[in-house]
This record gives sequence, structure tokens and C-alpha cells, in this order.
Amino acid sequence: MSDSIDIINAFALLTNFVILPALSYGSQLALGALAVTLVYSILRFSNFAQGDSMAFGTMLVIFFTGFMIDKGWTISGVPTALLVIPFAMIGTSIYLLSMDRLVYRFYRKVKAKSITIVMASIGVMFITGGLVRFIIGPRSQNFADGERFIFSVREFKAFTGLEQGIALKTSQFLTVTIAIILVAFVFYFLQKTKTGKAMRAYSDNKELALLSGINPEKVVQVTWLVVAALTTIAGTLYGLDKGFAPQQYHLLLLPIFASVIVGGIGSPLGAIAGAFLVAFSEVLLTYAYKKFLIYLLPISLHPNSLVQLIGTEYKYAISFVILVVVLLIRPTGIFKGKVLIDE
Amino acid sequence: MSKYKNLWELYKTPISFSIMSLVLLLVGFFQSWALVLGIFNLSLISAIMALGVNIQWGYAGIFNVGIMGFAALGGVSVILISQQPVTAAVEVGGIKMLIALLLGVTTIISGVILNKKGFNRWIIAMVVIVGYLITRHYFSEASNLIEKLNPELAGYLGGLGLPVVFSWFFGGLVAAAAAWSIGKITLGLRSDYLAIATLGISEIILYVIKNEDWLVRGVKNVTGLARPVPYEIQIQKMEWFINMVSWIYSSKLDILSKGDQLVQLNEYVRNTSVIFVKLCYSGFFITTLVAMVIMANLALNSPWGRKVRAIRDNEVAASAMGKNITSQHLQIFIIGSAIVGVAGAMLVTYFGLFNPSEYQPLRYTFLIWVMVIVGGSGNNLGSVIGAFVIWFIWIQSGPMGIWLVDIINNYYQDGNGVIDFLEERVFFLRLVFMGLILLIVMRFAPGGILPEKNKEL
Repeated sequence: MSDSIDIINAFALLTNFVILPALSYGSQLALGALAVTLVYSILRFSNFAQGDSMAFGTMLVIFFTGFMIDKGWTISGVPTALLVIPFAMIGTSIYLLSMDRLVYRFYRKVKAKSITIVMASIGVMFITGGLVRFIIGPRSQNFADGERFIFSVREFKAFTGLEQGIALKTSQFLTVTIAIILVAFVFYFLQKTKTGKAMRAYSDNKELALLSGINPEKVVQVTWLVVAALTTIAGTLYGLDKGFAPQQYHLLLLPIFASVIVGGIGSPLGAIAGAFLVAFSEVLLTYAYKKFLIYLLPISLHPNSLVQLIGTEYKYAISFVILVVVLLIRPTGIFKGKVLIDE
Repeated sequence: MSKYKNLWELYKTPISFSIMSLVLLLVGFFQSWALVLGIFNLSLISAIMALGVNIQWGYAGIFNVGIMGFAALGGVSVILISQQPVTAAVEVGGIKMLIALLLGVTTIISGVILNKKGFNRWIIAMVVIVGYLITRHYFSEASNLIEKLNPELAGYLGGLGLPVVFSWFFGGLVAAAAAWSIGKITLGLRSDYLAIATLGISEIILYVIKNEDWLVRGVKNVTGLARPVPYEIQIQKMEWFINMVSWIYSSKLDILSKGDQLVQLNEYVRNTSVIFVKLCYSGFFITTLVAMVIMANLALNSPWGRKVRAIRDNEVAASAMGKNITSQHLQIFIIGSAIVGVAGAMLVTYFGLFNPSEYQPLRYTFLIWVMVIVGGSGNNLGSVIGAFVIWFIWIQSGPMGIWLVDIINNYYQDGNGVIDFLEERVFFLRLVFMGLILLIVMRFAPGGILPEKNKEL
């Protein structure tokens, strides 16, 4: 087979090992980045506690999932985690709202510099990370149940007769579907509803929004509710896909921040674009193209090496190289976000 | 009440340092002296790191969350300076690696020069990419050669074999060089972007250290590093040391019989030698810390210090007065990072091994920040006391938690899983505790334990 040029198999290979993983990773990042960007535009600080908040939400999901499985309240084929997300969302909302009440509200009142609030969020990061490790432990765990695949490599091969198979994992399918629905919902909410419009007005010009009778505390609370929903779902989807470990969630902060800044901080659309840019560059640059090129090139040109642009061990560094390049060339991000210079 | 308050306002520096010493002494009497000296030495190193951060944040308002990276660079320099060179590896791949590194540097420099000359972006990108590919070719060949050579024991180039104390200076230099290049890129950014950028760069530094085995063996660790102080076993054999120990413990030894005396004396010598070595380290660390605090204070009160604080408090006004803010920020960023690098090198020297997996941002970046904030940002002595207080709590909260759990255990001896659970996890509550301390200090005493003095000036 491989002595001729075979475009279909090449792209089947690419889909299985690059496009599907990058799409689902990108969707998970996008939800987290959306949460960070919302906090940034409404509350005006970079939330360092985002990764640990995601771990908190996922921890609740894991507990509820365990409870449901114990009781036998499951639907076959569907991950139980999905069923309990609404309850976990309530828990995360309560947690984030009380953190706002206890920590952030004070700094809003005294009109503290944004850097002070960032530091407070580092305090919240410590507390949240410590609580999660205390309650659920530092070890990694897997909480996915139900069908693992929508269709497996073997089924795909039997169906299409191709040499290279594509497997669609349930978690990948769910991640992308739920992310699309959720993002659509958030955009509808921001564009069309009264509360969403109030939030945008508040983000654009705080004083003017206050003058026109928008209740700032309500705007802030609604923001935290949306953020809690995004956080819980992003954490759960990431956990279903790659497993849950508090330290790993803590480190997710880095690619999430990279996505936000690359896209343009404060711009929801930018956060999503940035997330996919980061996810795709991570996967594309670390993928070994040897097999792919063997399908595409005539036999005389077949590569001997792995044809990997950057070693897999530098996966996480890539998002930061992108970040630094964007900061240097176009500091406002792809979609013009807020300015980078202090007002 | 107000009388006590006035006393505190007047003498808070001596009072807080005396309280801290008293606490350490109490731990010495009730727990052990070796433990106290361990806490003390690490507090000293943390204090130097906190001093570096304080110079950046307290003097100039630069929000650097990449402390871990600079500390790790300091650690690397200990290996590069003090380890014996692995001659076989140097012969096989040394020249090739040197060529690869020179090629890399040439690529970067030519990219920067072309950019300054205003060439087309695409041409620059082409030059950089071609340079990268050539460099990578030579580089992977060289690193393969070096890493294949005796990977269980060496597999890296080794160091220069110089006395380890040199590595402290070198650690500062390496960190300063890194800070220069990082600062050039990021210091124009707004404060929270700077934070995110430095956080990311410190992670990248760690990835490089973990994965470039030819440099410092990566995650395989380098152990048995050279020490600036003698080994315990050497001291135990020295005549004067044994005499000193027998003199110290003479009252206890005299009441024993001859045979018991020798056994007991040996044990005393063993224990005391551990303490003695730690004291030697303390001497080195204290000297460094005191010298640095004195220099930092002199700098802070000099015209230079006033300029820096003026920039921090009002950038626009300072810039209108003709002060070059960006270059000033770069200068401070370099100085602070260099101090952190020195502390990082001292830390690795103290542990005697370099293990890159040890470096976690929570421990090496954010904990240092808590020290600076709690101690009082802008006040050098504040950073020192903050480092002592926070490090003490960080170390002792684990045993304290277990002690508390034991008390609970004695009350309810029901033998259920709760106690086991608590015993296993109580360790993590110290993160919560740190967060609480940070938030409470920020909210109710934003100046910290020792607030900055001449803020109004």
C-alpha cells in the first residue's frame, strides 16, 4: 500500500492523532479561558486561582459521581459525571461567591490596584489548592465510566476499509459538543439578555454603567455564576479526557493564560481562538510526521527520522513561546483585547 | 493599651526579631537543636530570596512570579562550577556542543540585528528558522553523544571543578543574565502580564533543566555535590573537636563509669558534629544575608533608592523629571533576580544534591511572595522576619497538624477511618493556612509585620 501516494490514509492518520486530540484539548482550554477573560473584563484582575477552581469543581463532580454509582443511578453509555455536573456547578458557585464575598469584594470597595487583587487571588489559589488536596488527595484518579468510544479504530477500519483507523472517544465527542453548546449559550447570554448587556456595559465603562442604574454587585454575582459553570464543566471535561490530578489542574493555569492573552484579554471570542491556537500548536509541533509523510511522499523521499519539530517534553513550553511572540508583535492579541498599558 | 501600641511602634523591629529567636530557642529546648538549625538555615536562604523579591516588588513594584526559575538557575550553576568535569564526555561532545551553542547564539543575534536594521519580517523569520534547524542538527548530535556516555553515572559534561563558594557568585551572574534577556522582552508589559509571562518563563527554564540531560543530568539528579564545610565524619575524628565535646558534656560524663563514658562520648560527638556542620553553614549564610541587607539598605536610602521609589509611586511624574523608567526597571529586575540566583545556589549547596523535580512554583515562588507580603513589602528587615516566620510555620505546621490529630485521636478512640484520613492529609492544610495568612495580612495589615518606613517622604 505505502509505495504510492495515499492522501486519504494520511489524513485519517492526522485526524486520529492530531485533529481530534487538539480539538478536544482546545475546547477544554477555551472554556477555562472564557472564565478567565470574563473575570478579567468584569472584575478587572487576572485570576490566578482558575486552575485550582477547576480542580475544586471537578472534585465535587467526582464525589457526586461516586455517590450516583453507589446508588446505581446511572444511564448506560453516558458518563455519570455529566449527570452530576449541575449539582457540582451549584457547589462551585457557592464556593466562588463566598470567596468573592470574603476576599474580592473588599478590594473592589477600596478600589485597589488590580495587582493587589491578583495577589489576593494567589491567596485564594493557595486555599483552594490546599482544600482540594486535603479533601480528595494529591493522587491522580479516573472517574470516566460508560462507553469509552463512540466508534473504535477497528469499527472504523471495518466500515471504511482504510488502512489507518480513526477512533472517536466519548470524552472527545462530549467535550467538543458541550463546548459548542456552552459557548453558544454564553454568547447568547452576553449579546441578547438584559443581564448580559449590563455585564458588557459594565465591562466597557464602569462609571457610565453605574450612572445608568446597573447594580454592580449583581453584575459581579452573575459573572461568578457564569464563571462557576464554565469552570466546573471545563474541569470535568478535561478530567474525563485525561484524568484528574490537582497538580496538573494547577498547571493548566499556564496554557489558559496563554490562550487568553494570545486571543486578546477581555475578548471572549479571542479567548476561544487563542485556546485553539495554543492547543493546535502544541499538538502539531510535537507530532512526529514520519508516518504521515510516508503516505504522502514517493518512496525515494521517505524520511528516516521521526520528523518531529520539537520534542514532546517541551509541549507546555510551546504555549509560552507563542505567548511571548504575541506579546512582542501584537500586544493586544489577535482579537484586539484591552490595552496592555496601565490607564 | 495605647502605651503598648506606642512601644510596638517604636521598637517593632527588635521586638519581632526577639520573639522569633525566642520561638526558635524554645523549639531547640523542646524538640531538637538539629531541627532548629535546619529551620534556621533554610530561613536564612529564604530570607535572601525574599530580599531579592523585595527589591523588585517593594522598591520598584515589579511583580515577578518567576522566582522558581532564577532559583533553579542558581542551583544549576553549583553543578557547573563545583562538579569535576567528565573528561570523556567533554572529549566526545564538548567541541560539538560548543559549536551548536555558538550557532544558536549567532542565530539569535543575527535575528535581533536584522530586526533593528528594519528588514522584512519574512526574511528575518527565514533566517531564524534556518539557523534553528542547523543548530538543532548539531545540537542533537552533540547531546546524544554526551548522554550516551555512561548514562547511569555521568551522561553529562560535568562542571569546572572549582570551589563551591564560587558558584554562589556565578549563580548570581547566571540569574542576572537570564533576567536581562527576560526583562528586555517582558518589562514593557503591564503588571499582571509581567506576572503571567514570568510564571511561564520560569516553567520553561525548569523544562529545559529537566530535559537537557547533557547539562545537569535532568531528572536523574546530581548528588554528592561539593561542600564549603567539612563532612561530619571528618570532624568526628578530629582531636580538638572530641576534646571540646567532652568539655561541654563533662558534667554528664563524669558520673558515668569508664566504659559507659566512651560509648556516651561517641554518641555526643556524633550528634554534636551534625550540629557543628549546620552551624558552619549558618555562618556562611548569615554573613551573606547581613552583607546583602546592609547593601540593600544603603542603596534604598541613597539617591538611587529615592529615584527608584519615586518611579514606583508615580511613574508619570518620574518620567516627566527625566528618569528613564524602562532601564531603571530592567536594572532592578536584574539585581533582584541575581540575589535570588545566589540564594538558589546556596540552597543546592546546603542540600548537597540537585533535583529539578523538587522545584514547584508553590514552594519556590508563591511561598517567597507570602514571606515578602507578610514581612512588609518595601522593608528589607521585614523580608527577613517574614521569611523566618513563614518558613517556621511552613515547616512546623506539618508536625503541629499531626500533633492535633493525635489529641483528637486520644479523645475519640473509636478506631474509624477518620483519624487515618486526617493523619494522611493534614499535611495539605498548610497550603490553606498559608493562603489564610496571606489574605488576612493583606486585608488587615497591608504593611505587613514591619511596614515600609519612609513611605510619606
